[in-house]
Amino acid sequence: MDYVIVLILQILFSVSSLALVCAGLAVIFGMMRVINLAHGEFIMLGGFTTVFATQAGIPIVVSMLVVAPAIVAVIGFVIERLVVRHLYGRMIDTMLATWGLSLLLIGAATMLFGNSVAGISAPFGSFTVGQYRVSVYEMFIVAVTLVLLIGCYLLLRFTRLGLIARGTMQNSEMAASLGISPSKVYSVTFTAGAALSGLAGALLAPLSGVVPTMGKAYVAKAFITVISGGEAILTGLVSASGLLGSVGTLTTFATTPVVGDAALLFAAIILLRFLPNGITGRFFRRSI
Amino acid sequence: MSAGQPLLETRGLCKHFGGVKALHNVDFSLAKGELRCLIGSNGAGKSTFFKAVTGQYVPTHGEVLLNGAPIGGIETSAIAKRGVGIKTQVPNVFDGLSVRENVWVAVRGTKDRRERDEIVQKTLERMGIAHIAGETVGQLAHGQRQFVELSMVIAEGPELILLDEPAAGLSAEETARLAKIIHELNQSHALIVVEHDMQFIRMIGKQVTVFHQGEILIEDTTEAILSNERVRDVYLGKTAA
Amino acid sequence: MRLTRSSVELTAVALIGLFALFVFPRNVEFYTIISSTIYISLAILALSLALIWGYGGILCFGQAAFFGLGGYAYAVGAWNFDATIYAALLAVVIPTVFAAALGYFMFYGRLNDVYLGVITLTVTLILFKLVNSTGGDAYAIGKARLGGFNGMPGTPFLENPLNGKVLSPEALYGVAVVCLFTCYFLCKAVLASRFGRIVVAIRENETRAELLGYDARPYKLAFFCIGAGIAGISGMIFANSVFVAPTMFDMASTARILIWVIVGGLATLVGPVIGCIALLMITTSLGRSGWIDPNVALGAILIVFVLLVPRGLLPLLNDGLNRALAWLKQERAP
Repeated sequence: MDYVIVLILQILFSVSSLALVCAGLAVIFGMMRVINLAHGEFIMLGGFTTVFATQAGIPIVVSMLVVAPAIVAVIGFVIERLVVRHLYGRMIDTMLATWGLSLLLIGAATMLFGNSVAGISAPFGSFTVGQYRVSVYEMFIVAVTLVLLIGCYLLLRFTRLGLIARGTMQNSEMAASLGISPSKVYSVTFTAGAALSGLAGALLAPLSGVVPTMGKAYVAKAFITVISGGEAILTGLVSASGLLGSVGTLTTFATTPVVGDAALLFAAIILLRFLPNGITGRFFRRSI
Repeated sequence: MSAGQPLLETRGLCKHFGGVKALHNVDFSLAKGELRCLIGSNGAGKSTFFKAVTGQYVPTHGEVLLNGAPIGGIETSAIAKRGVGIKTQVPNVFDGLSVRENVWVAVRGTKDRRERDEIVQKTLERMGIAHIAGETVGQLAHGQRQFVELSMVIAEGPELILLDEPAAGLSAEETARLAKIIHELNQSHALIVVEHDMQFIRMIGKQVTVFHQGEILIEDTTEAILSNERVRDVYLGKTAA
Repeated sequence: MRLTRSSVELTAVALIGLFALFVFPRNVEFYTIISSTIYISLAILALSLALIWGYGGILCFGQAAFFGLGGYAYAVGAWNFDATIYAALLAVVIPTVFAAALGYFMFYGRLNDVYLGVITLTVTLILFKLVNSTGGDAYAIGKARLGGFNGMPGTPFLENPLNGKVLSPEALYGVAVVCLFTCYFLCKAVLASRFGRIVVAIRENETRAELLGYDARPYKLAFFCIGAGIAGISGMIFANSVFVAPTMFDMASTARILIWVIVGGLATLVGPVIGCIALLMITTSLGRSGWIDPNVALGAILIVFVLLVPRGLLPLLNDGLNRALAWLKQERAP
């Protein structure tokens, strides 16, 4: 019985952290139809910001939930201005340019911060279920993700910004007809996506440690999960993270984490063979 | 195969988009070697019919038969392979290739290089575009691109040719040339021409099928159609307005 | 022979090939021959992506997967087989078969470019993780220990299949040169064939090709497999000139292939090969000097090219040449 509870908590944590890691990417994919290949580096920057902010004496929760997203959002905003904006409508070129950014950011971080692991310890300690130990921090991540998803839902459903975003997701010309210029949508989207990725990096920093190449550990899963979800940001994110996260975690329990990742990828490829536009390309089509 | 068997036939063909019945119970039949025009106002269903026949849409109900064999819902490429040449509404050409290469790719049914080259050359001459064979198609004017696409369709050597608004965007001189080509083609091929330009229908038409609200309204000769009251109401009246 | 553009190109490439085979190795130091072999193995990799992306329009972000699989297939084969020539064959077969399986899902699902790029990239990254985790004695195929993070140093080198003697570094260099130029002429032949022309037509306009009766899916799949096979050859030579390690599947490893192709010029075969060798020289000297991280340089190059020179250097050069010729003709005309 305890084992089952722990297993369920573990799946919950895996699915939440997967959704968390994917959120920034999903926002950009839903609105711009491109994959931001610098996603992993946004995560890395969020991680470094958290470490430095905490070392500078800012309370860890504040540096995670406020400082890191804010700093990475600013970086995202600047990058959108300098690079992404000029490739509007050229999807492949946009992806290639973000890949260039990815390399550039890894290289720059290596030059600035060196290649050793910067770490902070996870706060909150742990609790026990029967004979098993469960980390409070992992449950904290589950809670943050839940709040984040609900917040996104409310934002998309009930605000003017959300209306514009939903319009753009369905049909990018619709946003223009609401009197919003596409470049503004791009700017806000990319900034918001960066902030979410920064938040993910911040929350994961205590678990994984921070190195310039830390993004690599997450991007493979994130990329495949987001395209499996399809273009509806929230529904796609939740359904794909839920499905693929469970497949990955259950396989991990039976074998090793690496095989778990491979199983996740394999499941996604099979899924895309039959749903070439992702889960929300076929089901829940009018969702957000 | 019986002599009286139609070349193309649809039975109870339906295509619904959600609640919208774009096509409803269409029974259509085209004899071998026939030239037929499809007309109708925007949204009458003629383009949907075209796409259901060419495999671009999967029919909701009903059958599409080519020489008696069902082709409804199979891949476009497989339909084309069975001898159906298709020209879509917007010019659909290989922009980065030369005129000659465009037509060269279209030739099927022969492995022999020289034979291919001959078919290409003949087609280009027949269509009056041999003098621009070396040009890149993407740089040609709209009218010329239409003729390049038509050349490709012909070079396939199809039994049935489907043309979706071939006269769209052509000059008066080019339209006349197109009408002449269609008449020539009808010597050896069956054709279906979807069109809404009545002038052009007058130039080429023999038998005309009128679509209205997803159904066939009437089928008759051009003259009869043009003088028909109902057609005038639902179709000509609308375009005049 | 008529003096056409393509015959000039073919002749020039053949001459360069003869130079690389007979003149170059006699006039340089031993060390240069070894590093040239590495460069050439990677040039073959650049060629493979130039073919499938530049001509087939297949956006493969994971060409490194086939490169790595080729390398590992060779290494595993070389440890187990009596004659390494069979390992070399395996290095072509395994990536091709893998590409066929992966390509089936991608092309028959009719996935769009963005999806194709992401899936191929993800497959590469997962392969990296998989191979990286194979440290220890448990992970062995026959006599071949996969070695995890450390790769497989000490893999037997290619032998001369006639006398069973291990090839000298000079001979291996010769093999690499022959492979590069054979692959180049093979690509040219494929593109000149009916199959190649149809693939190019599908890249130009898939709908039109389908309307003409060509099912795009098997054509793309076959083309993709050819690219994977060539990348496998590249991995096999790399395995002989360095040794196989998980970094072959690395994100940076697959990124640089794209960069070579973009810098050299899409829709050319020669451009990416030149781009590959030039960029390898630059990054190697940057890495040695140590004043800037090679990743920064590569990233900056990629961004600059996508923004400012999206067609790459060779088409740019070509245009310049044409303009100069046209200008000269005008000058000469009365």
